[in-house]
Amino acid sequence: MNVQMWTYILVGVTFALYIGIAIWTRAGSTKEFYVAGGGVSPLANGMATAADWMSAASFISMAGIIAFAGYDGSVYLMGWTGGYVLLALLLAPYLRKFGKFTVPDFIGDRYYSKTARLVAVFCALLVSFTYVAGQMRGVGLVFSRFLEVEINTGVIIGMIIVLFYAVLGGMKGITYTQVAQYCVLIFAFTVPAIFISIQMTGNPIPQLGMGSTLADGSGTYLLDKLDGLSTDLGFAAYTDGSKSLVDIFAITLALMVGTAGLPHVIVRFFTVKRVKDARKSAGWALLLIAILYTMAPAVAVFAKTNMIDSVVGKSYADQPDWLKNYEELGLIAWTDKNGDGIVQYSPGNAFTSKKPEEIYDGKNRTALGSRATKSVDNSNPNELYIDNDIMVLANPEIANLPGWVIALVAAGALAAALSTAAGLLLVISSSVSHDLIKKVVNPNISEKGELIAARLSAVGAVCVAGYFGINPPGFVAATVALAFGLAAASFFPSIILGIFYKRMNKEGAVAGMVVGIVTMLLYMVKYRLGWFDEALPGKDEWWFGISPEGFGTIAMLINFVVSLVVCHFTSPPPQEVQYIVENIRIPSGAGEATGH
Amino acid sequence: MSNKQSNATAYWKENIKYLFILLGIWFAVSYGAGILFKDALNELRLGGFKLGFWFAQQGSIYVFVILIFVYVRIMNKLDKKYGYDEK
Repeated sequence: MNVQMWTYILVGVTFALYIGIAIWTRAGSTKEFYVAGGGVSPLANGMATAADWMSAASFISMAGIIAFAGYDGSVYLMGWTGGYVLLALLLAPYLRKFGKFTVPDFIGDRYYSKTARLVAVFCALLVSFTYVAGQMRGVGLVFSRFLEVEINTGVIIGMIIVLFYAVLGGMKGITYTQVAQYCVLIFAFTVPAIFISIQMTGNPIPQLGMGSTLADGSGTYLLDKLDGLSTDLGFAAYTDGSKSLVDIFAITLALMVGTAGLPHVIVRFFTVKRVKDARKSAGWALLLIAILYTMAPAVAVFAKTNMIDSVVGKSYADQPDWLKNYEELGLIAWTDKNGDGIVQYSPGNAFTSKKPEEIYDGKNRTALGSRATKSVDNSNPNELYIDNDIMVLANPEIANLPGWVIALVAAGALAAALSTAAGLLLVISSSVSHDLIKKVVNPNISEKGELIAARLSAVGAVCVAGYFGINPPGFVAATVALAFGLAAASFFPSIILGIFYKRMNKEGAVAGMVVGIVTMLLYMVKYRLGWFDEALPGKDEWWFGISPEGFGTIAMLINFVVSLVVCHFTSPPPQEVQYIVENIRIPSGAGEATGH
Repeated sequence: MSNKQSNATAYWKENIKYLFILLGIWFAVSYGAGILFKDALNELRLGGFKLGFWFAQQGSIYVFVILIFVYVRIMNKLDKKYGYDEK
């Protein structure tokens, strides 16, 4: 059976499974819609959180980014896992005890203010929409790559599937589909990783294979070989990296506190029964995430070594089939700058653009058989453009694995993208139906009316997300990574202070959130999108040498400082709020999550 | 201060103490071993890994997982000690 057939079968079976689960677990009340009825077991919640958290970016792109960044890629590994320690220790148990439906709900009640609630709703929508647009695009890309449909058709298929289980099932449907999606995605990531680890090092555990000696009997350690290959080609040693210490520090911290402040991750802890279950499910979530996150750097090392070994310094005619396949898809491009027919790879850009349609010269081919290219960047000798994403996508082919493994990777990537999109859509719909409609616009709305509003907002959110997936605004790709900065700059300080500082009042929290998110937005717009200047300002203009990705750390500190200063010049919070804060610090008697 | 309240205050104090210890370890393995002292640690090796690089890409993640489960354990004990345990 060919790869195409396998892909249709595996993707079809997994989709049928998700839809089946959605019908079986559909929500009948707002409580089921918002927090899955509140009785999810810690292990199931851990799996759902892991699937919710691991997006198309984690599944497909992360290993590739690490492969090209080397040590610098550690910021993603430590940042995105270290945030769970903060979640488990500083947020999850207390928010569960507080017992509300959404993050703006916590902010609104703890800071006894409609303004605070509205600011929180705005932040939640901003973070979720920047993030979800990227996911829908990811779904479209995976569809177009594996099922050979138009990207836009792919986005629409994805929308229909998500619409089905998010609207029908709410949090309850999403939770159990995410459990299934976790199993699919982790299996799909692990199988090729194990095969390649055995091929390259003889060690079946990728995490250990990464630090083992090569299987060719030379006794050389894999990482030493890769360090040597990298420096020979003129790059920094793989295990050294090239980012500044302060920037590595700032990016890691921004990703950690951003993770702990992402509303779609936080709400998952409202779905368990007791406070101790919230702590435990954070542990399960991180353990399950760590399986993929410790394998990704191994996949990066295997794929990078393989790529340099089998591609660089060889003539085009001798290139492996997978390279030619991905050249066809626009994920690899080669231009023979020095006309020797051999593939050269070194630092610098091979092309001035990264879009395949601007690189390829139609369907033309050169005398050597490679695709004819234009927009060549002649300022350096590098001849090869490689998209980050092929490191995971091409892995099974590089290792000559059977067709069903390649199809499995497609199903896994779709599971990762769809589960995250669904989680985000739920945050958007509950922010609108619960925090805007029920709490601000029409407090007298009936349970049934609120449920209808929740479903309608989910439909609206899917349509907006789909629109951005089909017509991606230029800034989406640039801002997805910055959603973390936004979350770090807005929610994290006000939630932490709300729990750990009894004296914290509404004036301080509102001022902190507003100043934090505005600073972050301005920095993003100036240094990432370059809207204020003729050209995008360079690295030497960054404040304290910190990149836009790491700036969330500074914006978060500004939020903390502003909150504390303003809070000291205004009156303390009312006595009953101080009682609430004392109460959430005690784990017993959490009762059920309620919206009233 | 009533009995109930002093019980809660004592519980919170112990809770905060554990948070400081655990977050201290969290900081040490990631920002310490993985970033600030990476170059020094890279002089040492763990099989094929340079130690600083290992902490940055693998070791810190393993420690994070262990930290949360240790936290779950000590908090469950603490809940029992102060009578806040839930069946």
